[in-house]
Amino acid sequence: MPLTLYGSVARGSFRRYATYRAAILAGAFTNTVFGFILSYTYLALWHARPDLGGYDATGAVTYIWISQALIAPVCVWGGGFQDDFQDRVRNGDIAIDLYRPVDLQSWWLATDLGRAALQLVTRGVLPMVAGAAVFRLRLPHDGRVWAAFLVSVMLAVAVSFAFRYLVSLTGFWLMDSDGVRSLAGILGMFFSGKLLPITLFPGALGALARVLPWSAMVQIPCDVLLQQRTGGALATGLGFQAFWALVLLAAGRAVQGLATRRVVVQGG
Amino acid sequence: MALIEVDNVSRTFTVRSRKGRLRREKRQVNAVDGLTFQVAEGECVGYVGPNGAGKSTTVKMLTGILVPSGGRLRVAGVDPSRDRVRLAHRIGVVFGQRTTLWWDLPLRDSYEMARRIYRIPAGRFRANLDRCLELLDLGPLMDTPVRQLSLGQRMRGDIAAALLHDPQVLYLDEPTIGLDVVSRNRVRQFLREVNTERGTTVLLTTHDLTDIEQLCSRVMVIDHGRVVYDGGLEGLHAVGESERTLVVDLAEPCPPIAVEGARVVRVDGPRQWLAFPAARSAAPVVAAVAAGYPLVDLSVREPAIEDVISRMYAGEVAAPVRVG
Repeated sequence: MPLTLYGSVARGSFRRYATYRAAILAGAFTNTVFGFILSYTYLALWHARPDLGGYDATGAVTYIWISQALIAPVCVWGGGFQDDFQDRVRNGDIAIDLYRPVDLQSWWLATDLGRAALQLVTRGVLPMVAGAAVFRLRLPHDGRVWAAFLVSVMLAVAVSFAFRYLVSLTGFWLMDSDGVRSLAGILGMFFSGKLLPITLFPGALGALARVLPWSAMVQIPCDVLLQQRTGGALATGLGFQAFWALVLLAAGRAVQGLATRRVVVQGG
Repeated sequence: MALIEVDNVSRTFTVRSRKGRLRREKRQVNAVDGLTFQVAEGECVGYVGPNGAGKSTTVKMLTGILVPSGGRLRVAGVDPSRDRVRLAHRIGVVFGQRTTLWWDLPLRDSYEMARRIYRIPAGRFRANLDRCLELLDLGPLMDTPVRQLSLGQRMRGDIAAALLHDPQVLYLDEPTIGLDVVSRNRVRQFLREVNTERGTTVLLTTHDLTDIEQLCSRVMVIDHGRVVYDGGLEGLHAVGESERTLVVDLAEPCPPIAVEGARVVRVDGPRQWLAFPAARSAAPVVAAVAAGYPLVDLSVREPAIEDVISRMYAGEVAAPVRVG
């Protein structure tokens, strides 16, 4: 299947999400407000415990704003293509998608990457600008760090997509995958480093969180931009993300095979 | 060689139902059972049956998204479930109640996407699109987001999207549902053209029998997963023991008319309705009424195909399977 097809699917998805302007602004506003709340909380925490988790106060506040910027593009606690996909499974529209000579997973991955790109330049940039206007943030001047960050974000979206795809595929058996999705959302919020940097997690919990796929979604991209990961650690981080993306995509492909072969497509 | 071959195909679903608090019962349901038919290249076949008869199951098996539990199935020489993606290049599917168009983007984008999905050569794409736009009157809507289209416009948009890659077979499921008379006629006219001019084989599933009367020379009636009638539309009347109705207006209210070969089915003041077999001439009945009663006016009503089929569904007609 030619890349140009999925490229245009991604572009179409980008433009499609661009039509929801009010939703974008409302979302960016919410992310900004919570960015302020979390920043003051972190400042208080780091005032009491300086250098917690290996970050100084400025680093911790910067971490907040990077992670706020990643919420929408990476869909840490679910969303993105899932809303459309689950609707189509539930009401049987997914059948029409199967009538066409396209690969289901690649199609939805393309739409999700297009969505993520749009949300990165809108819901990613706007809160970051607002945060930088009020707080002192430590953002790199080196273009190469930003380039590495963009690669890391793309891999984060890929890992997140692959995981959400698996979650939503359960809809073929459960008819309604919202329950699984809620559970996945909570795990994602906790283990991605969105709630607190994973580096703060104690002992075995921290060790576990570092090897689970969720850390690829927030913790690693944040550390790349904060230059906590450079050189060999940067390569290891990106490799870790790529590893989980491939493993989860392969798992999604296997489950998709079962789902479309064995399970009744809903609706007449 | 037949383009679609369905030979003794069955499909079973397992249905789980609750029995009491914890017990669950598994039950096998035959959605399709011993289904056999063939469709030749270029035919336009109506596929009708009550809800739950197995129509959608059949279409899903023919398109390869559902695997038959038994029997043999071939479309254009290909086993659909085994070669679903390859076959998808050669079929078009339109569901009246679903859409393949991009909801938030202009119609143009969906067609551009179809060009890439089916890898349609530029020249052929241009020619097919121009033709669809003209015949379905879509030209002025190309830059309108799909969500802003009316149902009729969206439906026409979907039909065009299904035909840009010159499919050999077109599956239509209720293509005129919810459309007004003008849109219905336009859609039917277009489909007739696609079938006769291009030779596209059409399998049309619908509850609107006018669609079938206007488009199909052959109709298959399916009930309980089996073909209960397969043949011409006219044949349905003979098989269905249809009756024509003679409506007579008399000068004054009279007791029910008693004439040979007809029976009164309704009396309303001076107007009476007489039923007689569809295959018989109306002339002797009219003559007998005119001779014995003060006849003012009369009209003859042809049997509705709906009635025949609904009686078939209800099992009142023991329809023999006629493979035409």
